[in-house]
Amino acid sequence: MQRFLTPNALRTLLPVLSLAALLGAIFYLQPRTMSYFGLNLLLNLAVPIALATIAQMFILCVNDLDLSLGAFISLTACITATWLFDTPFLGILALLACIAAYGVMGALIHLRNLPSIVVTLGMSFVWTGIAVLILPTPGGSAPDWIRTLMTLKPAFVPFPIIASVVIALVVHIGLMRSATGAVLRGAGGNPKSVERAGWSLLRVKVTMFSLAGLFGVLSGMALVGLTTSADANIALRYTLLSIAGGILGGGEFVGGRVSPIGAVIGAITLALAGSFLSFLRLNPDWQIGAQGAILILVLALRLLISARENRS
Amino acid sequence: MTALIQKPWIWAWIGAVSMWLIITIVTDIGAGAEVMSAAASFGTFFVIVAIGQMFVITLGPGNVDLSIPACMTLSATLAMKFMNGDPSLLLPGLLISLGVGLVIGTLNFLLILFLRIPPIIATLSASFLYQSTAIWSNRGLRVKPPELLGDFAVAKVFGVPFLTLAALVLTVAMAFLLHRTRFGLSVLSIGQNQKAAKLAGVRVERVRFVTYVMCAVLAAICGFFLAGFSGGAALNMGEQYLLMSIAVVVIGGTSVAGGFANLTGLWGASLFMFLLVSMLNTFGLSAGFRLIFTGAIIVAVIVISGRKT
Repeated sequence: MQRFLTPNALRTLLPVLSLAALLGAIFYLQPRTMSYFGLNLLLNLAVPIALATIAQMFILCVNDLDLSLGAFISLTACITATWLFDTPFLGILALLACIAAYGVMGALIHLRNLPSIVVTLGMSFVWTGIAVLILPTPGGSAPDWIRTLMTLKPAFVPFPIIASVVIALVVHIGLMRSATGAVLRGAGGNPKSVERAGWSLLRVKVTMFSLAGLFGVLSGMALVGLTTSADANIALRYTLLSIAGGILGGGEFVGGRVSPIGAVIGAITLALAGSFLSFLRLNPDWQIGAQGAILILVLALRLLISARENRS
Repeated sequence: MTALIQKPWIWAWIGAVSMWLIITIVTDIGAGAEVMSAAASFGTFFVIVAIGQMFVITLGPGNVDLSIPACMTLSATLAMKFMNGDPSLLLPGLLISLGVGLVIGTLNFLLILFLRIPPIIATLSASFLYQSTAIWSNRGLRVKPPELLGDFAVAKVFGVPFLTLAALVLTVAMAFLLHRTRFGLSVLSIGQNQKAAKLAGVRVERVRFVTYVMCAVLAAICGFFLAGFSGGAALNMGEQYLLMSIAVVVIGGTSVAGGFANLTGLWGASLFMFLLVSMLNTFGLSAGFRLIFTGAIIVAVIVISGRKT
């Protein structure tokens, strides 16, 4: 028993256990959710949140923090609901430009040695500004193929679950199991040694920020597929959700220690937390506060695990 | 001249002066004087929170207080609700506000100390709780301040807002605290090299505790007077102060890597930020373009003034 429950295993298990506990509580409070339809409804919004969390994870991995992600996802949602719907070619170009802009942001942060929180906070104004110009009032429409994809009803397993597993596995294989992935994570763990080994830190940063941009774009598209319209503030809360999800999923803030599978699980946990709180009939005033409390609780649990790690 | 150019605070002041010149040229000198007076009023609130944030940021990488907006909102909400417009309760109201700052600063520090998580995450998570408390305590209604507080917040002495003068005195006191006292020098030394500071006998955790409490108390006081100034406590009153507090500190020439602080720059940067937004308004730009320019100029200034460390 002692051998299996090593601190490292516990750290990996913590997100899974939190999710299981939460699901158990929801099933107990509202047994009708324990069905194909119920799960589909519960987990509906988990896909865009999971994609946003993965985006934030790439940034966390190189020891930065992105406070503009929510504004950025709102922007990509606006582009998806307008240009990608009306003139797909222009829409694709615009979304690619968004990804490139993220790469440039990464280059700027690296070259000038700037604090990422200040730069991203400043950029969040720019993203919101562009989004307001594209879509001054809520509206737009979801491109049919995205709508079809997001509302798929596969047999037996609800679509959000399949999508989450696919996202987690793809990123896990790319980042945790590939040689390039090891270098990318190493740049967060020990930048100097990665640089001495002949890798360009600039390229690493640009790659990671571009990947974050890519997943931000995917998150915006997925969101529009669900809501069928967009507005300039549609995803502002995703900034905090993505940071919280990454932390719940076992990500550390320094040292390139991240976990894509954990991040997706963390995101699903947060998506469920909202439903759980409403099933509890908790005063809605405390909804935001409860998220903060959950975050602090998980961090405290993790501290207990690290304390064990240090002792052994 | 070269000595002047090398001062860390110079860029913020150059920015502020050029913004003011542009506004004055586009409109007229009367409007220029008016906007200067407004900049002094609004800039004062930026400076008050930025002083606290500056001390926190000076502690070194990772030290940022993201709970400032929530702290301002909670302090203002609880104080205004308690006073309920009664001017005789002004002093107890201010004490409540100070108390909120003390409690929030202490909680922030305890989270950082005991959970051993970066202050960014600790203050961010905790700010949700503060914000929720503010929502719960007042359900988002605006409570009017006592008339006396409102009058005081907009009072002027020889054309200069009284609060601005008070903030100037505060700035001088803080400069003394930073450069001439054991506490200030400890903050600087921790920011330059925490290990060396510890070995030299600086009580790192105690200094950090005082710094976080000071930051929260200043935010609470700012919230109190801002509520008086703007006619009441509102749930989103602190919103723009998150970016402002950080941007003002960084643009003002304080090192983001910690260890070097600059109070002169805070004033220049606060005026610059206010005048920048006013200038964009003067041009009659739409909301979208205003946001884009505000963000782009902030990032540009940070890129230009950012020194390699």
